[in-house]
Amino acid sequence: MERVPVLKIGDILLVSIQVDMQDQTALALQEDLADRIVATGCHGVIIDITALDIVDSFVGRMLSSIAAISRVLDAETVVVGMRPAVAITLVELGLSLDGIRTALNVERGMELLAQSRADEPDLGLDLGLDLADLDSFGPTATP
Amino acid sequence: MGLTAEESGRIAALLDTHADKLTASWTDTIAVSLRGRLTRAELLKQVQDLHRATLDALRSGDFDLAAAGSGALRAALVDLSRSRARQGFSASETAITVFGLKKALFDVVDTRGADPQVLADLIAAGLMIDDLGLFTFETYAKTREELIADQAEQLLELATPVVKLWEGVVAIPLVGTLDSARAQVVMERLLETLVETSSPYAIIDITGVPAVDTQVAQHILKTVVAARLMGAECIISGIRPQIAQTIVALGIEFGDIATKATLADALRHALRMIEASRKGRSN
Repeated sequence: MERVPVLKIGDILLVSIQVDMQDQTALALQEDLADRIVATGCHGVIIDITALDIVDSFVGRMLSSIAAISRVLDAETVVVGMRPAVAITLVELGLSLDGIRTALNVERGMELLAQSRADEPDLGLDLGLDLADLDSFGPTATP
Repeated sequence: MGLTAEESGRIAALLDTHADKLTASWTDTIAVSLRGRLTRAELLKQVQDLHRATLDALRSGDFDLAAAGSGALRAALVDLSRSRARQGFSASETAITVFGLKKALFDVVDTRGADPQVLADLIAAGLMIDDLGLFTFETYAKTREELIADQAEQLLELATPVVKLWEGVVAIPLVGTLDSARAQVVMERLLETLVETSSPYAIIDITGVPAVDTQVAQHILKTVVAARLMGAECIISGIRPQIAQTIVALGIEFGDIATKATLADALRHALRMIEASRKGRSN
């Protein structure tokens, strides 16, 4: 069975789909990706579908479920490189990839993820707290 | 309609004996109807070619326009009607080029007190010329249809340019009525340009669209949704006051798609969005 490689680039996992997606391949990809998100602690997933000539309802559903799995694990998914013909077909079929963000190419996808990370308030840093300070609030601490 | 070998042989003899008088009279008939748009010399040459091709076809035995022996005649007729169609001659002006032979034949052969055999041959020849005429007319119509199809395609190409307005912003100024075929071309062209230029913003300017009905709106909405699937945002601009009223009256919903009155507003909006995303990144 063919496996789709999952590459880690900085804080992002990159999946470039180059093969025809079969049931087994799709399931394996979902498992691999979930494992990698947990193992690496990445907060962004980019799925590159530039090489896909055909995106049917099956691939659409797979993309949606990958996005949902990633969201549960606190990672955001961006689908990049959808071809015009594919986009037109999806619209004609009435399939809208709900809950999936899209970008024109990998570069734009990385910009999008970087931007949405920047928009999130980073509590720890903004409050100026240091983890060492938190120890002083523990039950063993004595004034 | 076919002729027997005997009939075609006799008609060939008839055409051959009076060759010069026939072609002269034939050329005159055509020249009158074309009113000097082709010179007599050109017409005479065409007529002589046709005359020769007809003779050859008749001499090949049983005459039938669809048969292999008439290949040269068919080619001559196709050439003739093609050139007439391309030069813009009307259908009857083209048809008379062939039917002129009938008149010439009746002029040349003296029918008063003629042998019944000759009259029968004349009728057969007349029917044969009708066949040639029909064939010419069909080719003429086919050529005209090809011309129209070519022009329609060229029009389609001309009317849908995608222009790059700014780094990351492309615009497609739509001019003319948007039917399904054109909408499809527009959609494909726009989406391809988005990929090529990797522009995240597209402006669809409908200043030149005379009317927006539910179907046109449907096409535009589909384009916007397809662009979104690819990761680009569309802005619709150039909505004239009457069109805005029509859109509301028809109950068309553009949802969360940005609509602007002018192309300038749309460009400003796109630049502001680009600026905002750049700031978001640098923070």
